[in-house]
Amino acid sequence: MIELKDISKIYKTKNGEITAVKDVSLSINKGEIFGIIGYSGAGKSTMIRLLNGLEKPTTGTVEVNGQQISSITGTQLRQARQKISMIFQHFNLLWSRTVADNIAFPLEIAGVPKAERVTRVKELIDLVGLTGRENAYPSQLSGGQKQRVGIARALANNPEVLLCDEATSALDPETTDAILELLLDINKRLGLTIVLITHEMHVIRKICRRVAVMEAGRVVESGDVLDVFQNPQAEITKNFVMQVSGTRESKESIEQILVNYPTGKIVKLTFIGNKTEQPVISQIIKEFNVEVNIVHGNITQTTSGPYGTLIVQIDGKPNQVEEAFKLLESREIQAEVIDHV
Amino acid sequence: MFNQLFPNVDWVKMWEATYETLYMTVISTGVTFVLGLAIGILLFLTSPHQIWANKIVNVLTGSLVNIFRSIPFIVLIILLIPFTKFLLGTIRGVEAALPALIIGAAPFYARLVLIALREIDKGVIEAARSMGAKTSTIIWKVLIPESLPALLSGITVTAVALVGYTAMAGIIGAGGLGNLAFIDGFQRSRDDVTLMATIIILLIVFILQFIGDFITTKTDKR
Repeated sequence: MIELKDISKIYKTKNGEITAVKDVSLSINKGEIFGIIGYSGAGKSTMIRLLNGLEKPTTGTVEVNGQQISSITGTQLRQARQKISMIFQHFNLLWSRTVADNIAFPLEIAGVPKAERVTRVKELIDLVGLTGRENAYPSQLSGGQKQRVGIARALANNPEVLLCDEATSALDPETTDAILELLLDINKRLGLTIVLITHEMHVIRKICRRVAVMEAGRVVESGDVLDVFQNPQAEITKNFVMQVSGTRESKESIEQILVNYPTGKIVKLTFIGNKTEQPVISQIIKEFNVEVNIVHGNITQTTSGPYGTLIVQIDGKPNQVEEAFKLLESREIQAEVIDHV
Repeated sequence: MFNQLFPNVDWVKMWEATYETLYMTVISTGVTFVLGLAIGILLFLTSPHQIWANKIVNVLTGSLVNIFRSIPFIVLIILLIPFTKFLLGTIRGVEAALPALIIGAAPFYARLVLIALREIDKGVIEAARSMGAKTSTIIWKVLIPESLPALLSGITVTAVALVGYTAMAGIIGAGGLGNLAFIDGFQRSRDDVTLMATIIILLIVFILQFIGDFITTKTDKR
C-alpha cells in the first residue's frame, strides 16, 4: 500500500544542511494502523508529509496506492491527494466556515455537485458524532469537536489513506481516547489505512498494529507493537515503553527493596496476550518454598492483546528460586533479573 | 438659521462638490481594493516558502510598492500629469484625479493586504494543499475568506485616506470638496464655505469608518 524506499530528506538552510530524514525504508500494509513515534525533531513530521507530497524526498521514492507520490506533480498529484487525506495537531479548520462548510470544502475541491455535497456532509457529521452542530463555527467548538470536524473533512472524498499528524497531541487524555476510538472505528468500518505520528506511546499501544521508532531522522526500530513492547531494543524505545508501563515510577520502590531485602532477587516479569491471565504467582508460592513480594504491576491494552509487567522480589533457597524461574519460562513468561537500577 | 450661519454657501455647488468627492472616493476605493488585493496576493504567494516562492518577482514587486508608497501624494499627482494626459487626454476634472488616487492608494493597500495574509494560520493553507486544492482555490476559498476582516478594515483605512487624497487632488483642479474649500473658501476668504466643506468631509469619513467597522465585525467569526 505504502512503500518508502531509501528516503533521505535534506533541507538547505543558511547555516548549512539539515538532514531531517536519513535512509528510511518502510512498507505499510493496506488497512493497517501504522504508528511512527519519536520526540520532536526526530523527522516524523517530514516523514508523514512525504506521503502526500507536501514534502519531496531528496533521494529515494515514495509510493502510495500504486502511485509514485515522489515524482508526480500538478493535477496528478492534486488528484492523488484527494485519496490521501490528513488531519492535524491544530485541526487547521477554516474559521470563516461553519462545521458543514468546512466538511464540504474538500468536496468543493473535488468538484462534487452541490446536492451531493449536502447529503455527503450530513452522513459525515453523523459518522463523527457532531449531529446538531452543523452550523456552528470552529471557534464555538471544543478541541475534541474540532478534531471530529477535521476527521469528517478528511473522510469526505472516501480516501484510501488517512495521515494523522500528532492528531491528539493538543487534546486532553479523555478526549484523546475518544478520538482514538473514533479512528479505530473508522479503520474497521471503512478499511482505510491509517498512518499516524506521535510522541505518545499511549497512542501507539491504543490503536496501532505496527510501529516505527524514529530518532534523529532514522528509523531505529520497527515491528509489531506487542513485540516492540516486550523486547525494546533501542534505548529510546525503552524510554517510550516506560511511558506506558509505569516502570519509571517503580524505580524508587525497587531501590528501596534492594536496600531492605538484599537477599532475594528482583525480577521483572513480562506477560503477553492471554498469558496475563495465568495465576503464576500463586503457583510459584504453592509449588516451591519461596517468598514473593510484589513491587509493581501494570497491564496495558494494545490492539493485539494485553501486555503486562510485574516486578516482584523472589526470595528463598537458591535451588527453589531456580525452579521457580523454570516454571515461569515454561509458561513463556519473560523473567528478567534486575540487580541494579 | 442655517443660511445665517453659512451666508456664502451655495448649496447647489456644495452638493455638486460632495457628489464629486464621493464619486472619486468610491471609484478609487473600488479599483484600489481589486488592484491592491491582486498585488498583495502576488507579494504573499511569491514570498519565501509560499506556493509561488520567487525571489525576483517578490523583490521587484515589493520595491515598486515601496517606491509608490513613499512618494508624497501631492508630488505623485504632479509626476503623473503626463501619464494622466496620455490616458484621458486631459488633466482636469474628476476622472483626471482617478489615476493618481489609485496609483497612490493601491500600493498602500497592497501592504495592508500582505500583513493580513501573513496572519493566516500556515496550517490552514497546508490543509488545503493536502486536500489537493489548486492555487486559485486557495486564493478564493482560503486566503481571501480567512483574512476578510483584516482586508475590510484595511480598505476602510485606505478609503478614509482616499477622502483626504481627493481633497488634495481638488487643489490641482479635480473638483470635489477640497477644490471648493480652496477656491471658494480660502481664496475668497469665505470661512463658512471652508467650514461647511470640512464638516461634510468629516461626515463622509465618519460614515465610511462606521460602515467599515460594522462589516468587519460582522464577517469575523473567530
